[in-house]
Amino acid sequence: MPDLLEVKAIDAFYGDFQALFGVSLSVEAGQIIAVIGANGAGKSTLLKTIAGLMRPRQGEILFEGMPVTGTPAFDVVSRGIALVPEGRRLFPSLTVEENLLIGGQSHRPGPWTIARIYELFPMLAERRHLPAPALSGGQQQMAAIGRALMANPQLLLCDEISLGLAPIVVRDIYAQLPQIVAEGLSLIIVEQDIAQALRAASRVYCLQEGRVALNGPARELTREMISAAYFGV
Amino acid sequence: MQWFNIVLQGVLIGGLYAMFAAGLSLIFGVMRLVNIAHGDLIVLAAYVSLVVTQAMGVDPLTSLLLVVPVMAVIGYALQRGLLNRTLGDDLLPPLLVTFGLSIIIQNGLLELFTADSRRLQAGAIEVQAFELLQGVWIGVLPLLQFAIAVAVIAGLQILFYRTALGRAFRATSDDPSVAQLMGLDTRHVFAMAMALSLAVIAIAGVFLAVRTNFDPAIGPARLIFGFEAVIIGGLGSMWGTLAGGIILGVSQAIGAQIDPGWQLLAGHIVFLAILAARPQGFFPKVSG
Repeated sequence: MPDLLEVKAIDAFYGDFQALFGVSLSVEAGQIIAVIGANGAGKSTLLKTIAGLMRPRQGEILFEGMPVTGTPAFDVVSRGIALVPEGRRLFPSLTVEENLLIGGQSHRPGPWTIARIYELFPMLAERRHLPAPALSGGQQQMAAIGRALMANPQLLLCDEISLGLAPIVVRDIYAQLPQIVAEGLSLIIVEQDIAQALRAASRVYCLQEGRVALNGPARELTREMISAAYFGV
Repeated sequence: MQWFNIVLQGVLIGGLYAMFAAGLSLIFGVMRLVNIAHGDLIVLAAYVSLVVTQAMGVDPLTSLLLVVPVMAVIGYALQRGLLNRTLGDDLLPPLLVTFGLSIIIQNGLLELFTADSRRLQAGAIEVQAFELLQGVWIGVLPLLQFAIAVAVIAGLQILFYRTALGRAFRATSDDPSVAQLMGLDTRHVFAMAMALSLAVIAIAGVFLAVRTNFDPAIGPARLIFGFEAVIIGGLGSMWGTLAGGIILGVSQAIGAQIDPGWQLLAGHIVFLAILAARPQGFFPKVSG
């Protein structure tokens, strides 16, 4: 059974600056993968490249066995990969409900509907007609996740969902993860909070200056191994 | 009573100015593009209507059935083929390209139609009027144009705030990158916005052609009225654009009553005063 996602030795550049060097990664169906690393290690770049916002200069990305390398982002969504972007990035001119509705713009069939998102995050239902910027950070994060789920993806990419949020809020959001993956959704979470990443994921990749420095099952990785890979000591 | 009549006529022509402005406002709101060729596209629409009315023997209002789709298709192709390439962080490339476009359209029309002044005949409706109050007469055509202008603006509001396409416009305007993550092809969204803008321009152009004489060179002046109406009303607000058009129309009407040579000047003075006192306009929605 081929992996759901196979990233094969991709190089990614911002102009002349190389952000990823031969990065490889794979995700099986129903798996939760964590990608950790210091700021600037290339974690967001990796997610953006998988989502189609950036094109790798080298390497291949296969989704469900089919190549998606260089496929533009709006097509990648209809293939089944959705990204929760770093910093939430809800649409400020839209209400909470409109943000969720536009998440479903690609009309992919699946279990996620507005009603289900409101069940998952009741706080959003209460605030559905408010403009998105009126929400607190944690609520915005829930809305951003809900918006991505509305695309009914097979693979959800979460870019630093704990960013700027109080620990208790982060815990609340992560508490919903089991419900989110209950139907077999696969997840790649990029996290600064290593403890949280290790708790949630079955496999961890550690990036250091654009390269995969460590990759293994979460239970087998020790603090020393992670430190070494994280800081490149 | 005479002043009431004057203000009324000003309000009615304000509807026409609001039509000039609505397409401009829409494009700036969705993609921060200032279309210098806007006035010339209005004149182009007038000439397309001329061709249609002459070729098919229909009246100008009926010609709209063909002119609107034709202009919409031109708008889609223009955006997709040319203007999408100018969009970016810099405001200058679209300005330069649309400026060039303005010159091309003017000269193209001059070549095809000569500089002769034209006018579209709408028939009896042009001179029909009814007495609203004692001594106050309203022309049927100006009233019809005003009513259609209000309907178009109401329609645009509904489109923007209650439909999926409107959501797509607003989201793409907010954040084109994240809009792509929603499955929106921004090239297509922008092209649809331009198609819509040109559809509105088509209506404005036909109204203009019936109301006054037109020739290839009058585009830039219409652009100025459109700009003034948008700025007075506030960027990004459709109803504001209507208000802006009305304020401009009334200012011109009052100015003309004081002295016929003051008609345009009065409009410009009021515009400058409002720009100085309240640069964001009366009902702004976009913060820049």
